[in-house]
Amino acid sequence: MSAKDRPITSSLVNIAMWVERRLHLVKIWKATAGHPIPKSSASWFYTFGSMTLLCFTIQILTGILLALVYVPSANEAYRSLLFLNYQQELGWFLRAMHYWGSNCMVVIVFFHMTQVFLWGAYKHPRELTWISGVVLLFLTLALSFTGQVMRFDSDAYWGIGIGAAISGRIPIIGAQVVNLLLGGPIIGSDTLSRFFALHVFVLPGAVIALVSLHLRLVLLKGINEYPTPGIQVHKGTYWRNYEEMLHKDGMPFVPNGIGKDLVANGVLLLVMVALAVFVGPKGPEIPADPAQVISEAKPDYPFLWLLSAAALLPNGSEVILFFVVPLIAVILLIGLPFFSNVGEKHYSRRPVSILVVMLTYLTIGLLTYAGITGPWSPRMEAWSGTPTKPQFITGRSPVELQGALLLQGKQCRNCHSVGGEGGQRGPDLSAVGARMNQPQLIRQVIQGGGNMPAYGNTLTPQEVNALVSYLVSLRPINTIPALNPAIPEKAERVSSGEPTKGAKTGG
Amino acid sequence: MATNESESHPSASAETKTYSTRRDFLLQVGVVVNTIAGFMIGVPVVGYILSSLIKSTPPVWFSLGPVSKFQEGAMRMAVFENPYRREADGQTARLTCWVRRIQGDQFKVFAANCTHLGCPVRWFEESQLFLCPCHGGAFYADGEHAAGPPPRGLYVYEHKVENGELQIKAGVLPTLAGPFA
Repeated sequence: MSAKDRPITSSLVNIAMWVERRLHLVKIWKATAGHPIPKSSASWFYTFGSMTLLCFTIQILTGILLALVYVPSANEAYRSLLFLNYQQELGWFLRAMHYWGSNCMVVIVFFHMTQVFLWGAYKHPRELTWISGVVLLFLTLALSFTGQVMRFDSDAYWGIGIGAAISGRIPIIGAQVVNLLLGGPIIGSDTLSRFFALHVFVLPGAVIALVSLHLRLVLLKGINEYPTPGIQVHKGTYWRNYEEMLHKDGMPFVPNGIGKDLVANGVLLLVMVALAVFVGPKGPEIPADPAQVISEAKPDYPFLWLLSAAALLPNGSEVILFFVVPLIAVILLIGLPFFSNVGEKHYSRRPVSILVVMLTYLTIGLLTYAGITGPWSPRMEAWSGTPTKPQFITGRSPVELQGALLLQGKQCRNCHSVGGEGGQRGPDLSAVGARMNQPQLIRQVIQGGGNMPAYGNTLTPQEVNALVSYLVSLRPINTIPALNPAIPEKAERVSSGEPTKGAKTGG
Repeated sequence: MATNESESHPSASAETKTYSTRRDFLLQVGVVVNTIAGFMIGVPVVGYILSSLIKSTPPVWFSLGPVSKFQEGAMRMAVFENPYRREADGQTARLTCWVRRIQGDQFKVFAANCTHLGCPVRWFEESQLFLCPCHGGAFYADGEHAAGPPPRGLYVYEHKVENGELQIKAGVLPTLAGPFA
């Protein structure tokens, strides 16, 4: 029974053919979704690109839906987020999907880039595919940063403040850049409005344009074949070989090559939904009220490593961190397909590429971990809220106990922990009496130094005496106090973690 | 332009053109008209984008309240309304500074923004220190740098006492680029 025997089927076919003759859908299909790919490219490792695109699509959809309720005004933004969280039906879910979609997008775009780098896909003739991808990475980070400003809570407010402080370090035009960033002399409604315009119009528009270019290039220059160690890229022969491979061993992306992408994307969606449902949306934290000076201004995960680096690098190197390093990074990333254009693609023949990836992941990973724990941030409530364990109190003389009170009352524990409790900005003091002697402690308290303020003007001599007596008493049982160093220059070793030699021999 | 065009269109090169056609003329007019229109739209657009720069918003004088609000020899936080506020600013129009009344009409007024990365510094009366919660910058009661990564002491607002009221000159977010001492 052919279609022509049935009038309904045949008229449907006629309609379809009428549409096809006008839109040439088959041709478009063959040139896009059905384009041929090398069989080897249908790999699990090649699914990160489509996963990134999925994240972006989720962001667009949830973003439009959130914009139905969100009010981009400094006066209203915070309340509209609370409304979304607690009153708007399923508003919490959309906020959570948007938040986790954003984090997933940053992580997966990074994985995508790593894979493309390790598999040598950026080499001839796919230089522009790589470069458009690099720009997309930066656009993704920009979307992430402007997105956390949308929350317009305390962290967002002071986050903009950090952005302004960094911009203020730009030589000559710093003040102008700060003004343009804020949309005026100070953080306010104009600031939020311009970040909103960037976040929902400019940056997504730029991403759509560049993703179009990126995908067009994937179609024009083909998807990278799965590299084989020992096979070199030569400019003269690569394209001929690639086309031959497609001809001999190619298959259409849809339906033959898309299976793994579908599975990976499906799993990603499930993970995102699970994160949204079980972890939920982020914040908003306390409102953006500059009169409440209680914020730590912690950025979202994608930027924690930057804040860590700012804390850990030597004082005064901020200009290098914020301007020179990014510039070098951009030059290296954009220039990569030109520095390394031909030759081996497979990572097993490019040990330097593996080293680069390991170093990058270790650096960003460790800095992010440090950013989460934030050991350099003083714990602002530690002096009033942290208890002292009994072993650091019992058996002390009245003067030493007065010193213990001073240690608590003068905010020392915001930076110093005792028994593991308190800030970690300065060294733990649980055993300080075993590694620094009395004169060293007095000098350190009065003069400060090594990132510690001087307390000479704040403490009376009696208070210094009491405080130091207590510090000397802080040492493990059965250890003697660090003694006066026998050799004068050893006295310089104030910040040393070990007892001086003099103390040992003296004991 | 007309000669170039004849080169780029092989079909037209059969008859060598030594004269300008109406097509060439219309093309040229079209380019000129659209360039003029582009400037007429583009210049206002650029002006609009840069308007916050063009409109001068220097720090201005305003009152923090009567001098008697501030105890001699003590530091206290003062909240003021941003002189450039708009209704849509909401709570963010409320800004903070730290005021130290040394004695009599002698004051020192500090911005709350840390000089390292702009986080809000907090005053601790007991240890007579400003501490920054972000990276542990510390400042003494006179605003001088005490410890940590900040490259300088706290930003100081200009101030004066008039008719028994403490006035400061503020309204611009202080950064290393200015505009504060």
